[in-house]
Amino acid sequence: MDLLLNPVAAIGRAVLGACRTVGAVALFALEGVSHLLRPPFYGRLFLRHLAEIAYFSLPVVALTAVFTGMVLALQSYTGFARFNAEGAVANVVVLSITRELGPVLAGLMVAGRIGAAFAAEIGTMRVTDQIDALTTLSTNPMKYLVAPRLLAGVVALPFLVVVADILGVMGGWLIGTTKLGFGSAGYLKATFDFLEVMDVVSGLVKAAVFGFVITLMGCWCGYQSKGGAQGVGAATTTAVVSASILILALDYVLTEMFFAR
Amino acid sequence: MTAQRPKIRLRGLSKAFGEKKVLDGVDLDIRAGHGMVILGGSGSGKSVTIKCILGLITPDAGSIEVDGQDVLAMSRREREALADRIGMLFQNGALFDSLPVWENVCFKLLAQKRITRAKARDKAAEVLAQVGLAASVGDLSPAELSGGMQKRVGLARAIAAEPDIIFFDEPTTGLDPIMGAVIDGLIVDVVKRLGATAVSITHDMASARRIGDDAAMLHKGRIVWTGPAATLGETGNAMVDQFARGDREGPIQMELRR
Ligand SMILES: Nc1ncnc2c1ncn2[C@@H]1O[C@H](COP(=O)(O)OP(=O)(O)O)[C@@H](O)[C@H]1O
Ligand SMILES: [Mg+2]
Repeated sequence: MDLLLNPVAAIGRAVLGACRTVGAVALFALEGVSHLLRPPFYGRLFLRHLAEIAYFSLPVVALTAVFTGMVLALQSYTGFARFNAEGAVANVVVLSITRELGPVLAGLMVAGRIGAAFAAEIGTMRVTDQIDALTTLSTNPMKYLVAPRLLAGVVALPFLVVVADILGVMGGWLIGTTKLGFGSAGYLKATFDFLEVMDVVSGLVKAAVFGFVITLMGCWCGYQSKGGAQGVGAATTTAVVSASILILALDYVLTEMFFAR
Repeated sequence: MTAQRPKIRLRGLSKAFGEKKVLDGVDLDIRAGHGMVILGGSGSGKSVTIKCILGLITPDAGSIEVDGQDVLAMSRREREALADRIGMLFQNGALFDSLPVWENVCFKLLAQKRITRAKARDKAAEVLAQVGLAASVGDLSPAELSGGMQKRVGLARAIAAEPDIIFFDEPTTGLDPIMGAVIDGLIVDVVKRLGATAVSITHDMASARRIGDDAAMLHKGRIVWTGPAATLGETGNAMVDQFARGDREGPIQMELRR
């Protein structure tokens, strides 16, 4: 009987633990957001994190977008040539980039950079008592450390995705015109003829959500870390992995919300 | 000691982390305007005790009163107001390494909007001078400082907002004896100047006698002795005397693996 029940109990425990964690993260997020509505505000910190996320992620996101656009053009051309539908290449490139690949790839790149950096920085502050020190220095650590980072993430990611959208389309255009024999004006016309506002807007909404998730997981994992350098390392890994998985899962949910009829 | 209301009164303070009972009914009175030294072995819960008073750890049971007011029953706003009057020197300094020294020192004054950023550098220089550091140290980052300098910057940060209760968590641990004596001297000076109540944690008997009026010994989650700090070493309490002399034999058994 015990043998039979043990796995069930283990599953039950795991599910309960997961629910507790989800609840705790949600409360943490709510508290962080609530501090954005009440003074004092840390504008200087917000700008610093904004630069850290938006400006310093530009090279990585730009390279990712260009190459993705180029590969998309090549692949869709080979595929569509089998159906004599080569004309759809520009269309496929722009839709894939704006709706999906721009936000998801930018999100994953930023999760690697920023999720890790935030978790390490806040985790180090946790294990060296700096977060406790903030409290004794008349400063709310949620307000000082978490709120500006969350806001910076939500603002920075859509900006990065606009850049990724433009460069991704340029990557496709580059291959389309140099290798696949499209005319430059014709390729661009095909790109914009089929593009709808919703394609771009949905991508930007996704980006804002991903920006929130990335910074939230970075802050949360850092905040919870304990046990010295090893604990901070573990927090960093968890932040990146959980943010990446959440990005892919939420991408599905958001796509469903935007486009399911 | 009994006539006056204590500045801080702990009763039955208990805290366990998982299975491990760290505090098991701590009772302690701390006199206003005096120095209290808390002694005890590593891991005996000294830091946990003062983190409870600071509101950084919520105890499982017991009461904490500051100026006769129950801290645990306070609203968030009242607690913040209390925190505004308390200074803390952390065991490992806990300086913010993303900020230069001058911003560390004036952090609380800036947070409370008691000075502007433009004036903070001069104020930092003034406070740094009180702990024997040159104004130029203000522009360094905490990572560039030696251990002794970090302690002094931590001390400057703890006193900059002129608190009326100050906690010192092992202020001299890890310093050479001369620097330890210097830090003790600084602590005695600032506490006297501010008229503050000081609560210090230390393992160092010389230091305890220098900065303490009263002393208390924490062992196995309880206060096992309190008395004047001057008598440490010849208190007549076997445990305290063993601890003060650093004897291997005595009532305190180190919990080594058997
Ligand atoms: N936040 C915490 N979580 C779990 N255990 C803790 C925590 N803080 C302290 N402890 C444990 O409580 C005990 C007492 O710690 P502490 O008060 O720091 O000792 P010390 O007397 O040396 O200052 C230690 O065994 C430590 O492992
Ligand atoms: Mg300690």
